Amino acid sequence: MAERTLAGLRGIVLDEQVTFTLGELSHACGVRTELVVEMVDHGVIEPATSTDEWQFYGDSIVRAQRALRLVQDLELNWPGAALVLDLLDELDRLQKR
Amino acid sequence: MEFKDYYQILGVERDASQDDIKRAYRRLARKYHPDVSKESDAEARFKEMKEAYEVLKDPEKRSAYDQFGANWKAGQDFQPPPNWQREYSFGGGGESFGDAGQFSDFFETLFGQARGEGFGGFRTGGRMKGEDINASVTIPLEDAYRGASRTITLEVPEADTDGSVRRRRKTLNVKIPPGITAGKRIRLEKQGGPGFGGSPPGDLYLAIDFEPHPFYRADGRDIHLELPVTPWEAALGRKVKVPTLGGAVDLQIPAGSSSGKMLRLKGRGLSGTPPGDQYVELKVVVPPASDEKTRELYETLERGHSVNPRAKLGV
Repeated sequence: MAERTLAGLRGIVLDEQVTFTLGELSHACGVRTELVVEMVDHGVIEPATSTDEWQFYGDSIVRAQRALRLVQDLELNWPGAALVLDLLDELDRLQKR
Repeated sequence: MEFKDYYQILGVERDASQDDIKRAYRRLARKYHPDVSKESDAEARFKEMKEAYEVLKDPEKRSAYDQFGANWKAGQDFQPPPNWQREYSFGGGGESFGDAGQFSDFFETLFGQARGEGFGGFRTGGRMKGEDINASVTIPLEDAYRGASRTITLEVPEADTDGSVRRRRKTLNVKIPPGITAGKRIRLEKQGGPGFGGSPPGDLYLAIDFEPHPFYRADGRDIHLELPVTPWEAALGRKVKVPTLGGAVDLQIPAGSSSGKMLRLKGRGLSGTPPGDQYVELKVVVPPASDEKTRELYETLERGHSVNPRAKLGV
């Protein structure tokens, strides 16, 4: 396998310090915006603001991608995926104690 | 290339019904799905299962696969029969989003590359973004405080000049910004797999985890520390040195403290807006009465006090 090194890459930390528009979030997940709207409608992810133009915090990308994988691989529906993610977060929080 | 025993991977008999196969996949998928499972090899196992299911759930692919018979064993060196391409023609499988190139060489030789549109037609247009790659890196807490660089090596799919996909080893040097917390992800745009047909490459997501620290414990940006103190430091109230990620600081212990008392050092946790705090839990450490002098001092305390610390327990 060929090797090459790329030096000094700076990424974005996906936390509450960064926000993404609906379009950016859809692009990051590789899906159409309709699907992201569906996720919002089912409470899988929540916009950071309630203004007309949605903005999403960085961790929404991670959550949306996990939900997409769960829906696809485990044949879940959106409310099911949202529940799994909430329970996994809770489990994580408890295990950290 | 290695032969893959798809029946063995899903743990079903060769004559299993389609329903049995579906059930076996669902059961294993729940256990090994990388988003759910804590097993260390979950990702690799799940990939294998998905590939096995992709073949066995499709009667056409399954019967093609079945003609190799039970004589083939997993891991055996395998070459497809020369007339394979002529007899069978598969349009490529896969119903996945953004993860083309996910299947093994064995799969791709037999069934073509998985380039699914997938996800109920919700994929963006006809052009497909390259594969997103998820990787993780474990760093010491000190690096999270100060920021650091990490060299990581990934296997990424890359398109050859003839358009076929090969996996290549790629080494990246990634800056980890100060103040990152465990569980957060860094997104490196366009550092994932290549796109197809002029579409953009996928992204790289780097999950951050912390190495266990000998005395600090991180909770988000807050740092917890158990601080051993002597009985007289706790009783009389003394100024003691406390380590923090930014260096040692002085902490005034209030007189009359006991084990379990929690003190807060504001802004001494991981950086951010706002920065985290450091919580210090006192733990009174009792020196043993190992010499005559100490023993006498304890006995003096004993004579001068009639305190019952177990009064609340009713004894």
